[in-house]
Amino acid sequence: MVPVLIGTTLLIYLAVFALPGDPIRALGGDKPMPPAVYASLRHHYHLDQPLIVQYGHYLWGLVHGDFGETLNGQSVGDVMKTDWAVTARLGVTAWIFELVVGIALGVWAGRRKGGVVDTLVLSGTTLVIAVPTFVLAYCAQLIFGLKLGWFPTAGTDDGWPYSYLLPGIVLGSASLAYIARLTRTSLVENFRADYVRTAVAKGLTRRRVLVRHTLRNSLIPVVTYLGVDLGHLMAGAIVIEGIFNLPGIGGQIFTAIQIKDGPTVVGIATLLVLVYLFANLVVDLLYGVLDPRIRYE
Amino acid sequence: MKVKGMLVGVVAVAMAASVSACGGGGGSDSKSKTFTFANIEPEHLIPGNTNDAYGLNVETALFDTLMALDASGKPVPQDAASVESPDQKVWTIKIKPGLTFHNGEPVTAQSFADAWNATADATNGWGNNYYLSTIEGYDDLNPESGKPKTHTLKGLKVVDPQTLQVTLKQPFSQLPYVLAFIGTAPMPKAAFTDLKAYEQKPIGNGPFMMDGSWEHNRQIKTKKYDGYKGPRPAKSAGVVFKTYASRDAAYTDLRAGNVDFDTQIPAAKVPEAKRFLGDRFLSVPSGTMDFLEFPLYDPAFKNPDLRKAISMAIDRQAIVNAVYNGTFKPTGSLLAPIVPGYRATACGEACTYNPQAAKQLFDKAGGFKGTMHLMFSNADPTYEQWMTDVANQLKQNLGISNITFDKVQASDYIGRLIDHKGTGPYRSNWTMDYPSPEDYLTPRCSKPSRSGYDGTACEALIMKANAAKTPQEAQQYYQQAEDLVLKDMPLTPLWNWQDQAGHSSHIGGVHADPYVTTLVHLDQVTVK
Repeated sequence: MVPVLIGTTLLIYLAVFALPGDPIRALGGDKPMPPAVYASLRHHYHLDQPLIVQYGHYLWGLVHGDFGETLNGQSVGDVMKTDWAVTARLGVTAWIFELVVGIALGVWAGRRKGGVVDTLVLSGTTLVIAVPTFVLAYCAQLIFGLKLGWFPTAGTDDGWPYSYLLPGIVLGSASLAYIARLTRTSLVENFRADYVRTAVAKGLTRRRVLVRHTLRNSLIPVVTYLGVDLGHLMAGAIVIEGIFNLPGIGGQIFTAIQIKDGPTVVGIATLLVLVYLFANLVVDLLYGVLDPRIRYE
Repeated sequence: MKVKGMLVGVVAVAMAASVSACGGGGGSDSKSKTFTFANIEPEHLIPGNTNDAYGLNVETALFDTLMALDASGKPVPQDAASVESPDQKVWTIKIKPGLTFHNGEPVTAQSFADAWNATADATNGWGNNYYLSTIEGYDDLNPESGKPKTHTLKGLKVVDPQTLQVTLKQPFSQLPYVLAFIGTAPMPKAAFTDLKAYEQKPIGNGPFMMDGSWEHNRQIKTKKYDGYKGPRPAKSAGVVFKTYASRDAAYTDLRAGNVDFDTQIPAAKVPEAKRFLGDRFLSVPSGTMDFLEFPLYDPAFKNPDLRKAISMAIDRQAIVNAVYNGTFKPTGSLLAPIVPGYRATACGEACTYNPQAAKQLFDKAGGFKGTMHLMFSNADPTYEQWMTDVANQLKQNLGISNITFDKVQASDYIGRLIDHKGTGPYRSNWTMDYPSPEDYLTPRCSKPSRSGYDGTACEALIMKANAAKTPQEAQQYYQQAEDLVLKDMPLTPLWNWQDQAGHSSHIGGVHADPYVTTLVHLDQVTVK
């Protein structure tokens, strides 16, 4: 894990800083920037030194827990902390929603395959996957926020969970669709297995068969998806964050890339690498729990 | 059940970890007399380093400048008792006694000197450095190479705590305008002990003071400064600058009734906003303008007739209607209408849409060979929209069949233009710093020129205007300079922005003023 981390940060650093373009010049906008000011700013950010020296400065800072300075003088570490707190809350809200509702819907549909519920779930999820997320977001904000007033329209003023409920539901809805379908298909497949027939023949109730035996096996693909999706959610959803005015890292890294704010991009990208690695680790561990055939020595 | 238990466990840990640092709510208090102002995250909150509108919005509440602009845009004394000069070169500024900063420190000539020295010092790399370039000693703080050897301006002399003497390099009659620009606000001694900490909680001398620190990407809370003795005391208990990720998000909150002021309603939402807000909708003329600038270092654009032809082939009104919902105003002057000395007919025929005359002039100039590149940045989707319209008009009216777009990354755009790497006519923009023609004309005529225009003649006229003894004389010379630039047309004016603003019904005392960045005087706003 550590070599992956170091390798990725070096690659990201090289990618950002070796690109053409001059973020310092853009700082002044259309207003004149005197050459002396330009030189002074470049010197401050070590941009007048060779790339390897710049990377050296950056690593030295990392060792001291300093992620560098943004283009307007703030500490990248502080920026990441406040922004990621928002994204994490949004991600967790969406994740809980898609986990609970997705699996529940999938189980409900899978139990009565071909029934009314099954058809409803299948067509509903198709619709959700087909409609772009930003359309869902704007509609949800308009209907449930503005017109009905059930949820706050935007911002983090109401704290967790109220401010994050509507954006979390919208964000989780596409994944929920996948999870519901995955669960349902997996469940239906497992119902046809021999051991289920044996269990039913033994006299176990359908409910016990479902909960104690088939569900556990059916959840393996779902857990894989959930684990990866957690990483994906924690990486920030730029569109959702923008529409619901949640100051998370999605918007932050988007702006940082636009203005070529190197330290911020590298800092956040490193954080995302960590998040994905962690999510994959969790998924790998969960396999062992779910399927006794897969155990780590 | 084991699986469920494991899942629940993971979920609980994740929740606890993310919620533990929960800052929680913090909605606006409806019981106190505070109001909210929609803003976007500022880049800086130190006046000498702020040239983005969002930072200037906050600083307008926190700081008072020596001069202020009255309703017609003329500078009038604010913290200054008087600003006088016999020759426009040596200025004596007398500061009103008894004024204090939010921490109790007195506002003295030294406070201004300290702030201006720090702003002019290249070592700090502050954004408003350029505005002090007229003061003697500026060049020592901004050497061509190497570090500055001194950190104070020779031309600033603190005669006594209430008197500051400013000696300029050359006569500059517009200095009172510059003194009304928020970037020249004073700073207390407390600021210089730790500038980084100061920026998170700036101490100013204005009617509002910080209530807590700068909450990045969330809000900046201010409260009324009770010890304020200046000329514009606050009529409310405070203003909270709510930070939004985008103008659309701010407008959504205005509609939901969650914010009291929005001064940047997007053009697309204007018809709906007018219906919804009724007489709470304000359209305020702005000092911001868009231009189409030409790369004169490219031989293809050397002929001024070609440039005029292009200018006459553009239907500005049609573009403004299509792209900006008719909210901007086509213009034929290099100055914004709110600048004294503005003449609507300055450009005349050369900026008026006339496809037949344009084609004639185009043919006379020898036409255009090859592919024309139109250059703009990707900072806003509307730029590509109006450039598309311009391309269509040039195709239709002048017969230029090969037109391509060079869409440049926003962070690279200005750098490329400064390095004379413009590939064709490009979008240029100017936001007003102070309502003087000098603010608009100097960037066009000074060297090095971004467009490659040789502004020697017009720079000489600007110098004459700067040295003029009366405002009328100055205006005359500025107008001559403007006429000269329009005749040569290194750039053609397109349209003047209008700010679309709206407010909630909870506040009163709202008077639109185009000369203040916040579009309304925050100190005059009352909360019902």
